[in-house]
Amino acid sequence: MTETPLTHAARATPPSVARKIKGLSDRAIAWIFVGPTIFLLLAINIFPLIWTINLSFTNFRANRPGREVDYVGLRNYERILNDSDIWLNMQATAHFLFWTILLQVLIGFTLAYLINKKFKGNDLWTTIIVLPMMLSPAVVGNFWKFLYQPQIGLFNYIVAFFTGKDPSSFEMLGSVQLAPWSIVIVDTWMWTPFVMLICLAGLRSIPDYIYEAAEIDRASKLRQFFTITIPMVLPFLMLAVLFRGIENFKMFDLVVQLTGGGPGSTTELTSINLKREAFEKWRTGYASAYAIILFVTVFGLASIYVKALNKVKER
Amino acid sequence: MKHAHLASASALGLLVAGMGASAQADELTLCWAAWDPANALVELSKEFEEQSGHTMNFEFIPWPNFADRMLNELNSRGDLCDLLIGDSQWIGGGAENGHYVKLNDFFDAEGISMGDFADATVYAYSTWPKGTENYYALPAMGDANGWFYRKDWFARDDIRAAFLEATGRELAEPASQKELLEIAQFFQGREIDGQTVYGAAIFTERGSEGITMGVTGALYPWGFKYENTPGSYDMEGAVNSPEAVEALEFYKEFYETATPPGYTNSYMGESLDAFKSGQVAMAMNWFAFFPGLYADPNTGGDKIDFFVNPPQNQAGSTLGGQGISVVSYSDKQDAALDYIKWFADPEVQQKWWDLGGYSAHKAVLESPDFVDSAPFAGDFLEAMGAVQDFWQEPAYAELLLAMQKRIHDYVVADQGTAQEALDKLIEDWTETFEDEGKL
Repeated sequence: MTETPLTHAARATPPSVARKIKGLSDRAIAWIFVGPTIFLLLAINIFPLIWTINLSFTNFRANRPGREVDYVGLRNYERILNDSDIWLNMQATAHFLFWTILLQVLIGFTLAYLINKKFKGNDLWTTIIVLPMMLSPAVVGNFWKFLYQPQIGLFNYIVAFFTGKDPSSFEMLGSVQLAPWSIVIVDTWMWTPFVMLICLAGLRSIPDYIYEAAEIDRASKLRQFFTITIPMVLPFLMLAVLFRGIENFKMFDLVVQLTGGGPGSTTELTSINLKREAFEKWRTGYASAYAIILFVTVFGLASIYVKALNKVKER
Repeated sequence: MKHAHLASASALGLLVAGMGASAQADELTLCWAAWDPANALVELSKEFEEQSGHTMNFEFIPWPNFADRMLNELNSRGDLCDLLIGDSQWIGGGAENGHYVKLNDFFDAEGISMGDFADATVYAYSTWPKGTENYYALPAMGDANGWFYRKDWFARDDIRAAFLEATGRELAEPASQKELLEIAQFFQGREIDGQTVYGAAIFTERGSEGITMGVTGALYPWGFKYENTPGSYDMEGAVNSPEAVEALEFYKEFYETATPPGYTNSYMGESLDAFKSGQVAMAMNWFAFFPGLYADPNTGGDKIDFFVNPPQNQAGSTLGGQGISVVSYSDKQDAALDYIKWFADPEVQQKWWDLGGYSAHKAVLESPDFVDSAPFAGDFLEAMGAVQDFWQEPAYAELLLAMQKRIHDYVVADQGTAQEALDKLIEDWTETFEDEGKL
């Protein structure tokens, strides 16, 4: 018999263990392996989810352990969905999501396309470009806060240099009009490299012979771009959009550092608002309902999106 | 028999010695905010360590995270802190949720009288329900929101002449809120020694309590009240009274016309930075910082002076400060009570003031030397005579966050009117009190 790693491992197994395992069915052995994972999944994912759903129908407050907990039916959900302030938070989140994803995909893909060309210093440029995503969001938030400072901020001086405006005449973080864009700019700066890397993986996975065949068929560069490059990178791009969409839906640290949700509530994204309800106001039941609404929204949108992604892959 | 006596005496001696040793071995942790007075308390507490044999550890949390961190600690029944110098607004929650030890029996047993402390501080820092003789803290650090200004700029002839020409009156410490704004507007954008300076640094912070603590500095002098009748939670006509609306409009005008650019999310630290860097002529902040400001080598000493929050329709200052409580989840409560007993001593209180802490003990405040003991001491006394505090209800955090949002939305984000902001605030607070079963 030929010695393979499998047969070697089988022979090395002590006889007592082997005998014990021999008595078990394949299904039982499978359960032994899968069991701990399922247990952990139930303990840290499924149970808290069910518990949160249960709490969402109550007036429970975690900071009042002695207080009687009443079931309030759908009141928490009703309050949330009828609260105009929460809809404003949703709008702010949608604005942030839409523009960050759009800009990151456009710039990320462009950078990946350029980096994919062979040129001197290619690796160095790749390293430089991916630096922002290696930083902590709290650090990024803090130093962009300084960059946006109207009196000493570099960003304001650069804008002033090109527009001729007084640097201290506009406030990126303090203006209701500009603050939503200021967080979009920072998130785009930080996470475009991530989209670029995914796009780069997609571009590098396209075999050269496809382009060679197109060249033989005398297809123009533009035609090659739209009929080969884009369709073949699309699944990667869509994956990047999914990752960034989910990440930005729960964006918290960067925005808290930059604006704290202000001015007023202009940049108060749903995650910031949820944290305030749950851990500052301690309205645990209400916050649970809020979390469930957000969970259903993200889960629903992500499911639809993943189906679309699979269809694109199948093509 | 003699041997038996000796053995008994030895055993008793060992027991007493053992008790003493175990009492002396206690390590106490005192939790507070990380700021100048905390350093003074560390210094002061060395004497307690020497006298009692206990060891003091300190857990100081930066102000923006202080409430979050400490309230989480209490709500999770954590035993990190044996002693907590908690904000005045926490007293309701601390008492009702069982976080703080009730101190009445201890005070009676040790002869500590609340009558020895300034009435306003006892009411604000120690009692729950308000005004009753149920004590959950000893007044530890009296504080209020006050003002400081560049005395050297105010004294310059060219500036004084320009001010006189612009306003028709002499440049001096403001006697009213409107004068305060007028002075701030005068300095706004002015060139002094080749540098553009601004009017004043006020509180505009959104995340914790900043803008509320700032705006109440205008609301209280205008006559703002939380309820028409104390304890009734009837807010309509009080919270949104014409005077309150006028005060809120005033604060917005102040923010828009007399503060440095980009001053949209600023609290204590930013106020200190703006003043120390020579950006502003005046700044609001807590009296707790005044000793440090006076000692500053660049903008302190002869260059600085202080004034109480100016009145408008009446005198009024925003209360700061804290009481010291024993955390009920601590297993070293006896040692913690030893600390409170020691801290309540008038001599210790005098040292506390000398080191830079703000004693609330009448023996210190009513001493003939007190007013002249520091350039801000008289202002502090005056401020403490007219302080008002935010809600101290168990749901204070919810009430505070609602106010933060409504005020910031109006003042900084320029959304809606002052009347709308206060009307919405009443709606928010009503909802909270309904949830609490108080309405």
